[in-house]
Amino acid sequence: MALKETLHNLKEKHKGQKMAPAFNAIHTFLYAPNETTHGGTHIKGADDLKRTMNTVIMALVPCLVFGMFNAGYQHYMAIGEGVAAAGDFFSTAFWNWDNLVFGAWKVLPLVAVSYIVGLTVEFIFAVIKGHEVEEGYLVTGMLVPLIVPVDIPLWMLTVAVVFGVVIGKEVFGGTGMNILNPALTIRAFLFFAYPTWMSGDKVWVAGAQERASQIASGLELDSISGETILGTLAQNKTVDYDLWDMFLGFIPGSVGETSTILILLGGLFLVFTKIGSWRIMLSAVIGALVMGMMFNGVVDAGWIDSSSKFYSLMSTPFWVHLIIGGLAFGIVYMATDPVTASQTNKGKWIYGFLIGFISVLIRVFNPAYPEGVFLAILLMNVFAPTIDHYVIQANVKRRMNRLKVKNA
Amino acid sequence: MSRDIKIKKGLNINLKGEAEKTLSKAPRAKVFALRPENFHLVTPKLTVKEGAKIKAGEVLFYDKKQESVTFVSPVSGTLKSVERGPKRVITQLTIEADLKDEFLAHQPFDVENADAEAIKAHLLASGCWPFIMQRPYHIIARTNKTPKAIFISGYTTAPLAADLDFALIGKEDDLQLAITALSKLTTGSVHVGVGQDSNSPLRAMKDCVLHNVSGPHPAGNVGVQIAQIDPVNKGEVVWTVSAQDLVVIGELLRTGKFNAERVVALAGSSLGAPQYYTAKIGSAVAPLIQEAQLAESHSRVISGEVLTGSTIGHEGYLGYYDNTICVIPEGDDYEFFGWNKPVFDKVSTTRALTFSWLQPKKKFALTTNTNGEHRAFVVTGNYEEVFPMDIYPLQTLKACMVKDLDQMEVLGMYELAPEDFALTEFVCVSKQPHQRIIREGLDLMFNEIG
Repeated sequence: MALKETLHNLKEKHKGQKMAPAFNAIHTFLYAPNETTHGGTHIKGADDLKRTMNTVIMALVPCLVFGMFNAGYQHYMAIGEGVAAAGDFFSTAFWNWDNLVFGAWKVLPLVAVSYIVGLTVEFIFAVIKGHEVEEGYLVTGMLVPLIVPVDIPLWMLTVAVVFGVVIGKEVFGGTGMNILNPALTIRAFLFFAYPTWMSGDKVWVAGAQERASQIASGLELDSISGETILGTLAQNKTVDYDLWDMFLGFIPGSVGETSTILILLGGLFLVFTKIGSWRIMLSAVIGALVMGMMFNGVVDAGWIDSSSKFYSLMSTPFWVHLIIGGLAFGIVYMATDPVTASQTNKGKWIYGFLIGFISVLIRVFNPAYPEGVFLAILLMNVFAPTIDHYVIQANVKRRMNRLKVKNA
Repeated sequence: MSRDIKIKKGLNINLKGEAEKTLSKAPRAKVFALRPENFHLVTPKLTVKEGAKIKAGEVLFYDKKQESVTFVSPVSGTLKSVERGPKRVITQLTIEADLKDEFLAHQPFDVENADAEAIKAHLLASGCWPFIMQRPYHIIARTNKTPKAIFISGYTTAPLAADLDFALIGKEDDLQLAITALSKLTTGSVHVGVGQDSNSPLRAMKDCVLHNVSGPHPAGNVGVQIAQIDPVNKGEVVWTVSAQDLVVIGELLRTGKFNAERVVALAGSSLGAPQYYTAKIGSAVAPLIQEAQLAESHSRVISGEVLTGSTIGHEGYLGYYDNTICVIPEGDDYEFFGWNKPVFDKVSTTRALTFSWLQPKKKFALTTNTNGEHRAFVVTGNYEEVFPMDIYPLQTLKACMVKDLDQMEVLGMYELAPEDFALTEFVCVSKQPHQRIIREGLDLMFNEIG
C-alpha cells in the first residue's frame, strides 16, 4: 500500500500547518484515520459522522435518480413528445434513455454546483478557523439540488449556496452549531430573493421558461404549463394528475420531492438504520393529517363554499397532502436533521407534530406560494430549543420534587 | 429482603478474550508501585523517605486536604524511588518487594461491639478508607460527612471485567465483616446488587438490603443501581465500595493484616490464555501478562476494563481500584474507505451498513482505533438508548462543557460518575471524550460548590 504510506508521511510532515485541515479532509475521505483512543473508553463504536451522513446520502440517491428521469419525462410530456406513464411505476415510457439523458443534463450541474460551491466555502472556513472539515455539508449538498426547481439558473444557486453555508451555518460555528437547517436556508434565500423565479408556474418543468420567452418574441408555439399540483389547487383549477401519478411521482415539482413512494422507502431505510428519527417522521405525518382533517371538516360543515379561494386546497382529502408538494420529502429528510431538530425524545414528538400541522396550514392559507413545509420546518427549527427547554424542565422538576418529598 | 431492579436500556459489548474461570497464583512481582493519580483530587504528603524499609500496611503518604486519610503499602520492601512530574507532583512510588510480606500488625477488630466512631478511626488508621468512594463527585469519601446509604455492586456487566461471582468465591466471612462494619457508618442501609440468577457469594449477606439486578451493561454499574434504589439529591452523600475491596477491609478487621491481594482477571483478545490470577494492588503486570501468554506485541495494556480503565503500558502496575487487566490490540492503522464500507467486525448500535445487530452472540476483537474523528455533537437520541438513568445525557455534557454550574446541578450531576458515561462515549458518533467532560464538570462543581 504505497499510497497509504505516502499520504501518512505527507500528513505527518505538514501537521499543524494552515492547509492541514484541507488535506486531512481528503485524506480521511480515502482512509479512515489511524487515530487511537486516549483516556476514556479504549474501544469505540463503529459509527462516525461520515458514516452517518453517508447513510442519509444513500437514502437520497433513489430520489436523485428518479428526479433525473422525471425532469426529462416532464419536459417531453410538456412539449408533447412524451407518452404518459399513467400509474405504472415500471413503465418504459418513464424509464428510458431520452428522459435520463435530458434529466441528467439538467440535474447533474445542480449537484455539481451545490457540492463544489458549498464544499469550497466549508474548506475555506476550516482553513481559516483551523478546525477539521466537518461532514454536515455532504448531506446538505445532496439535499439542495433536490429541493430546487429544475430550471433554476446556476448563478442563482451559487449565490444561494454561499449565503446558506455562511449565514446558515458557519457564522454559528459550523456543523452541529447551526440553528437553521442549511439546505432550507438556501431554499428560503432563493424563495425570498428571487420570488418571481421560485413561485411562478414556469420553473417546474424544464424548458417552460424558454418556451415562454420564445412565445413572447413572437413565435407561434403552444405554451407549456409547468404548474405544480399545489399551484393548480391554489388557483382553484382542476388537477390533471391522478392519485397514482402523485404517489409514484410522475408530476412536476422540485427535482427530488415528487416520488412519495421512493421517499417512503428512504424514510423506512433511515428508520431501520436508526439514523433518522422515527419519532419526528411519525409525529409529523400525524400533524399533517390532523390539520388536513380539520380543513376537510370545515368544508364538510359548509363554513366555506366553492367560491372561496381556499376551497380547492381545503377540500383536498386530508391524506392527499402527504403525496403532493414537498411535505413527504421535508418530513423524511429535512425535519429529521438532528442538529436543528429537538434533541430530546419527547421534544421530537412535539416538534414533528407541529411541523406537519403548520406545513398544511401554510400550504392552504399562503396565497403567494402554496408550499409551506420549508417555512414550517424553519419555524420549528427556531422553536426546537424552546421545546427542549420545557421538556428538560419537567425532568428538573421531577428531581426537585424528589428532594421536597424527602424533606416534607 | 431482596428487591428486583430491571434495566432495559444499555448495551452488552461482547469481546473476544474473556478470562477463563480458572484461578492461578501468579509469580510474585519483584516491583510494586502506587500511583497517586489513582486517587482523584488527593494531594499526597509523604511520611517515608526514599530508601526506607516498609512493611505491608505501613503508611506511605496521607492526603494534605484530609490529613486523617492514609494510604498504605500493599507489600513489604524498600521504597526504591519517588517519581515526580511537573510542579513536583508525585507520580509514582516504586517499591522493591521482599520475597515474603512482613505485615504491620493491627489488633483483630471486634465489629459486633464497636461503634461508628471506632470503626471509622480503624479504617482511617489502617489505610482502608481510600476504598470508600462517595457521590457526589466520585472521590474518596469525605471523613466529615455521614452517608444516607452505602452501595455495593456485585453484578458484573462491563465487557471483559472480572466476574465478581467468581472472584469472590470463598470470601464470605470477610465480605460479611466488612458489610456489617459499613452498615454502622450510615444512617440508612447498605444496598448490595447481585445478578438476577447468579450464585453470588454476596447473596448470603446479612445487615444489608439485597437487590436482584438484571439487564445489559451498565446495569452492573453501581451508579445505575443507586439511581434505581435511592438517587442522590442535592446535599446528600452516598458511599460506594467495590465488592473486591470489601474483602481487603474484611480481612483487615478479622486478622489485623492489610492484605492487598485480590482476584484479577487477565482478559483481552491479545492474550493467548486469558484467565484469573491472584495479585496484589500495585503489582507489576509484566509477569502476569507473560503467564497469560501475550499473543500480540502491538497491544495496549489497560488496568481496569476497556471502557473505564487507564492505559498503563506493558511495564505498568495494577491500579489501586482495579481487578481487571485488559490487553487489546492497538488500532493505529488506516482503513481504506473505512467510513463507508460495510462493517462486520466492529460493534455498533446503528444499522448504517454495520452488521453487529445480525450477530448478537458474536464476540468481537475490537482495537483501540477511534473509528473516526472528533466532531461537534450532531446526532441526538443515540445516547439515551444506552443510558438507563433519568437524566438527559447530551444536555448534561453540554452543561459541563460550557461550565454552567446551575444547569449541571439541576440536570443531576450529583448522581453521576464518569463511568456512567462510558457507554455513551463508546457509541458517540462525534467521538467526544464524555468521561473526561463529566470528570472536569464534577471537579468544577467540587471546587465551586463543595
